[in-house]
Amino acid sequence: MTAQATTLPTDTIRITTDAWTEPYWEGAKDERLVAPRCAACGTFRFPPSAFCPECRSQDTEWVSLSGRASVFSFSVVRGHPGHPDLLLVPAVFEFADAPGVHIVSNIIDAAPEDVTIGMPVEVVFVDIADGWKLPVFRPA
Amino acid sequence: MRTPDVAIVGVGATPYYFRGQSYPQTLIELAGKAILTACEDAGIDVTEIDGFAYYSEAGGGYGQKLDTATFMETLGIPEVTFSATLTSGGGGSAGSIGLARAALVAGDATYVVTVMALQQLKQRLGAVFGAMPLDPQNSFLMPSGLIGPGHLMSILARRHMHLYGTRREAFAEIAISTRENALNRPKAQKRTPLTLEDYFASPLIAEPLCKLDFCLETDGAVAVITTTMDRARDLRQPPVKVVAAAHGGRREWGRAFANFSMLDPDFASSGNAPIAAQLYRKAGVGPEDIDVALLYDHFTPMVLMQLEDYGFCKRGEGGPFVESGAIRYKGGSIPLNTHGGQLSEAYVIGMTHVLEGVEQIRETAINQVPGAELALVTGGPATLPVSGLILGRA
Repeated sequence: MTAQATTLPTDTIRITTDAWTEPYWEGAKDERLVAPRCAACGTFRFPPSAFCPECRSQDTEWVSLSGRASVFSFSVVRGHPGHPDLLLVPAVFEFADAPGVHIVSNIIDAAPEDVTIGMPVEVVFVDIADGWKLPVFRPA
Repeated sequence: MRTPDVAIVGVGATPYYFRGQSYPQTLIELAGKAILTACEDAGIDVTEIDGFAYYSEAGGGYGQKLDTATFMETLGIPEVTFSATLTSGGGGSAGSIGLARAALVAGDATYVVTVMALQQLKQRLGAVFGAMPLDPQNSFLMPSGLIGPGHLMSILARRHMHLYGTRREAFAEIAISTRENALNRPKAQKRTPLTLEDYFASPLIAEPLCKLDFCLETDGAVAVITTTMDRARDLRQPPVKVVAAAHGGRREWGRAFANFSMLDPDFASSGNAPIAAQLYRKAGVGPEDIDVALLYDHFTPMVLMQLEDYGFCKRGEGGPFVESGAIRYKGGSIPLNTHGGQLSEAYVIGMTHVLEGVEQIRETAINQVPGAELALVTGGPATLPVSGLILGRA
C-alpha cells in the first residue's frame, strides 16, 4: 500500500479558545462539525469572530454541518521538524451546507497522489491534547 | 497648496550573509551599518535623521525588534520628530516609503530612514508560524502542520494551477531567470546557473513547491533615506522620485493565508490588484509604462500572481506569460528582479527591491535596464497591508 497521509502526532496538537471560537471546539468534542451563522442575516463566517462582517450583528447561531466537504486546495508536506517521515496533506475545505466557509485541516487515510481538488471528503474527529478533538477529513 | 514631491536620496546595505553567519555582529549593529552607509550615499550626517518609518511592526526579521530609541542611543541621533511603522509583516516593505512620504509631506520630519535588519540566530523564518505562540485564531491553522510561509503559499499555487492550468515550468522559469540575474552580482548569495533539470531535481518541500521555489534565508540589513525634493536636489546623488506609493488592500484578501478565507478569484492571487489600481491612478501610468518590475519574491508562484495583479498579463495567464520569456532581463518585455531578487541575491524582507529600484533609476544598476524611467517595487503578498511603490526620475 502506498503511504497514507496522517496528522501531526496527535498528542502534540494543541489549541486554545476564546469566547467566540470555543463553540467550534466544544462541538468537535461532541463529534459535531459546527460553524457560526449570523442569526440576523444568515451569513456564515469562518473563522468565528465577534461580529457578522455583513451586518455587524453579534447574534450568532452555531449550525451543525453534515461533515461532508470538498477539497478546495491542498499541499503535500513530507517531513516535519522532529518527524522526518511524517506525511501530511494539509488542505482547505469548502462546504455545500456552509457557503463561503473555508476550514483548514488535514486529509488522512489517502495517498497524496490520489488527492484532487474537488474531491469529496467527510469529517472524522481525532483526539488531541488537553481533551479536545480535531476535525480532519478522509475520502468520502 | 501643491503636495511637495519626495525623493529617495540614500541607500545602504550590509554584506549579505547566509542564515546565522552575521554573528557576532548584533542586529542593531547590522542595521546601524546600513543606516550609516545610506547617509554616506546621500551625503548627509546621521545626526540629521529625524524620522523613522518602519514596516512589519518594526520587527527585525520576525521575532526581534528594531527600536528608534536604541538607534538614537547607538548612533547619536539627537532628536526624532517621527517614528512609526506599518502593521503586519513584509507586505508593507514598499509601502514603508509611503509612510516616510507621509511624514515629509506633513512637515513632521526632514530626513526619514526606513530600515530592515534580519538575523536568524535562533528562529528560522522558514518555520516561523510554527514557533508563534498559540492563540485562538491560529488554532484554526497550526494543527494542520502548515508551519512555514512556503507551506501556506503552496496551497495558493495549487489552486492557481487548478484554475488556470499553470505548470511548474512557469515557476521554474521565475527561479531560473532570477538566478541568471544574480550570476554577475558580487554580493549575491547564489551565483551558479540554474537549469530546468536542476529545478525538477530539487526536493519537494510543500508540493507543488520545491526548494528552488523558496527564497533564501539571509542575515543582513538595508536602509533607505527619503526627504523632500527641495532638499534632495542639494545632495550627493540624483534624487529618485517617489512617483506613487500605496499600501492596504481589500477585505476579500484580508489575512490571506493566515486563515485561507479568500474565495475565487482572490484565493489564487497576490492580493495586490487594489494596490496596482491605486499606484497607477496616482502616477497616471499603466503597466505598459513600467520599465523594470521588482516584485517581492518570497515564493515563485506569488511572483506569477503579482504579474497578473499588476496587469502585466491577464488573470490566469501568468504561466504562459513567464514561459514566453517575457520576464527575462535580456529580451523580455518586462525585466523582472534584475538584482536576483530574494530567490538568488538575498532576502531582506523586500528592501533589496527598493535598493534595486533606486539603482535602476539612477542608472547605476549592475543589470541596468537601458533608459529606465519607472521602476515598480512591491511588498510581499501576505496579510494586509500589502504595498507597492513606483520610483522615477526627478
